[in-house]
Amino acid sequence: MSQEKPVRKKILIAKLGLDGHDRGAKVITMALRDAGFRVVYLGVHQSPESLVRVALEEDVEAIGVSILSGSHEELVSDLIKLARERGVNVPIVVGGIIPPEDVLKLKELGVFEVLPPGTPLAKVVEVFSRAIGERR
Amino acid sequence: MTDLEKLRRKISEWESEVVLPLVKKVPERKKVFTTEEGLEVKRVYTPLDVEKWDYLEKLGLPGTYPFTRGIYPTMYRGRPWTIRQYAGYGSAEDTNERYRYLLSIGQTGLSIAFDLPTQLGYDPDHPLAWYEVGKVGVSVPAVTEMDIVFRDIPMEKISTSMTINATAIEILAMYVAVAESRGVPRAVLDGTTQNDILKEYIARNNYIYPPEPSMRYSVDLILYTAKEMPKWNPISISGYHMEEAGATPAMEIAFTFADAVEYIRWAKERGRVDVDAFAPKLTFFFAARTNLFEQVAKFRAARRMWARIMKEWFGAKDSRSMVLRFHTQTAGVTLTAQQPMVNIIRTTLQALAAVLGGTQSLHVNSYDEALSLPTEESVKLSVRVQQVLLYESGVVDTIDPLGGSYYVEWLTDQIEERAWKYLEEIEKMGGMLRAVKLGYPQREIARAAYEWQLKVENGEVPIVGVNTFAEPEVPKVKILKVDPVARERVVSRLRKLRGSRDGIKVRDALDGVRRAAEREEVNMFTPIYEAVKVGATIGEISEVLREVWGEWRAPEVF
Repeated sequence: MSQEKPVRKKILIAKLGLDGHDRGAKVITMALRDAGFRVVYLGVHQSPESLVRVALEEDVEAIGVSILSGSHEELVSDLIKLARERGVNVPIVVGGIIPPEDVLKLKELGVFEVLPPGTPLAKVVEVFSRAIGERR
Repeated sequence: MTDLEKLRRKISEWESEVVLPLVKKVPERKKVFTTEEGLEVKRVYTPLDVEKWDYLEKLGLPGTYPFTRGIYPTMYRGRPWTIRQYAGYGSAEDTNERYRYLLSIGQTGLSIAFDLPTQLGYDPDHPLAWYEVGKVGVSVPAVTEMDIVFRDIPMEKISTSMTINATAIEILAMYVAVAESRGVPRAVLDGTTQNDILKEYIARNNYIYPPEPSMRYSVDLILYTAKEMPKWNPISISGYHMEEAGATPAMEIAFTFADAVEYIRWAKERGRVDVDAFAPKLTFFFAARTNLFEQVAKFRAARRMWARIMKEWFGAKDSRSMVLRFHTQTAGVTLTAQQPMVNIIRTTLQALAAVLGGTQSLHVNSYDEALSLPTEESVKLSVRVQQVLLYESGVVDTIDPLGGSYYVEWLTDQIEERAWKYLEEIEKMGGMLRAVKLGYPQREIARAAYEWQLKVENGEVPIVGVNTFAEPEVPKVKILKVDPVARERVVSRLRKLRGSRDGIKVRDALDGVRRAAEREEVNMFTPIYEAVKVGATIGEISEVLREVWGEWRAPEVF
C-alpha cells in the first residue's frame, strides 16, 4: 500500500519588481494563512531570479505575485520564462493594478489567474485552491 | 437646574418616549453605527458631548494657538490652497508636456512623480530597473534629464513638490543645478522634497540604506536648506502612505507625528541648533478618505496635537514652528476598478473633507487610477473638482465651517485622544526609529488593513460597485500607456552623457561623496551637489552610498 503524501499546500507570495505597494500582498498572505495554507511571504523588491530561487528552495505549489507599477507584462513574462528554465512548473497568480486589456495577455503568457483590485478574499482563496488542485 | 441639566433630562425623555417606541416599530439600519476609526456613533450629538470644553483652549481663533480652526488668520478668504496634481511618467519630454498642460488648465503648483529606479537609486539601464523605467513617474537619472523636465517652466516662479525620499538630496541637487544654470539662485527656489524616510520603512517601501544613515541623510537636507534655501520645505512628513497601507485615522496622524518627533530630535542633535531654526519649514502630508466628518476631525485634531507637541515637548517659541502646514491627497485605496466614473464622486467628497479640514495644497485622484496612470482627460476633471469647490461651493468663504458642530468637535476630541495613546506607546518603545526596527507600526497597519478587508468581505463596509450595486462587467475606459520608446530615449541619452562628461571630475566627485559618507560629521548635500553638477548619475552616487552604508532588509512583520 502506498503511503499518501501529506497535503503541503505551500504558497509563495511576493512583490515582483521595484513597486513597494504591499498592502494587497500582505492582506492576501493573511487570508491564505487563515484559510489553512502555508505562505512564504517574500516581501518587496523581488526579481524573477530571486522568486524562482525561493520557489525551488521552499518547494512551493503556487506563486502569487503582486504588481501595481504597470510593469506586469515584462516582469511576469521573464518570471515565467525563468521558472520554466529552472523546472518550476507551478501555477502563477498575478494581482494588482492590471488594466482589463492586459488580463488576457497575461493569461496567454501562462498566468493561471489575474486578480484585479476589488477581488474578494474568498475568490483569492478559491483561485489558489483551484490552482493547486489542478496541479495535483 | 442648569441648562445642561435641563437638556440631559430632555434627551432622556426623548430617548424613552419618542425614539424607543419608534425603533420598536421601525428598527434602525444597524444595531451599532461606527466610524472608520471604530468609534461608536450616537444618534445625535448635543452640547452634552462637549460639556467640559473650553472654547479658547480647544479651538482658539484661526491663526492662533492651538490652531485647531486653521493655521492662517484669513485662510482661503485670503489665499486659496495650491492645486497641485502629482504627475510624471515616461521620459522627461512626456512629463514636461504634462506639466505645461496642467499649468494651462489652471494648476497652481507642480508635483513631480519619479519612477521607481530614480526613487531607489538605480540608473535606467540597471537590470532591476529596466522593467520600471518611466512607469509610475518620470525617469531622472541625471541633471540633463531634470533640465528637460523643466523646459519652458519658470523655476523662479513656480513651487515644485517632489516625491523623493531615499535619493532626495541627489534630486534636489539636480533641481538646484538646473535653476542656477538658468540664473535662478537656490535661495529663491520654492518647493518641497518629501524626504521622509521613516514612512518608507513603515508603509511605502522605497528605502535603500539602513535607518541610521538614512536619518542622517534626511536630516542633512533639513539642516542644509535651513541655512541656504530659506523658501524650501525640506521634508513632507507623510501619513498618506500609512493610510493607503491600512492605517486608521488616529494611526495615520500619530505615526506621522512620531516620525516628525524623531526627525526633530535628530536635527537638533546633529545640527546643534534650536528647534525654531528649522521647524517652521517642516511640512506634512495626509490622506482624505470618503468618511467626511471623521476626516475633517482628523485634520483638526492633527493641528491641535502638533501645536502642543511643538510648544510643550520641544519648547518652540516661534509660532511658525507650531503650525501644521499640510498637503492632502484623496485616498487612492478608495478608488475602484469597477464602475470607475463613480470615483469622481468619491474624490469630490474627499476633496471637500480636505478643504473643510484646512489643507494648504491638494491633489485629487483621477477616476481611472485603479486601472492605470491618469489620462489628460481624467486629470482635467480632478483639477475641475478643485475649482468647483473653490469657486462655486462657497465652503471656502468662512473659516472652519464645521467648527462648533457637536459631532465634529466630539470626533476631533476622540481622534486626538486615540492618537495621543499611539504616540505615547511609541515614546515608550524609545521613539519611532526603534519602533520601526521592531516592526511595530508595520504590524499595526497590516492588522488594520486585514480587519478592514474582512469587513468589506462580510458586507459591514459597503463599497458601491464592489460588494453592493455591483455590475458584471468592468466598463471600458481610455487608459494611459507609457510609450516604450521613452525608455530607449532615456537610456540612449544617459549613455551619451556617460561618454561626453569629464570622467576624472566625475571620479573625484564620487570620491568626495564616499569620503563624506564615511565621516559622520559632514553634511551630505554639497558633495552630492558637486557630483551631480559634473554629470554623475543617481545610480553612481547611490552605489557609492550603498557600499559605505549598506542596504536595509525589512524585518519580518508576520
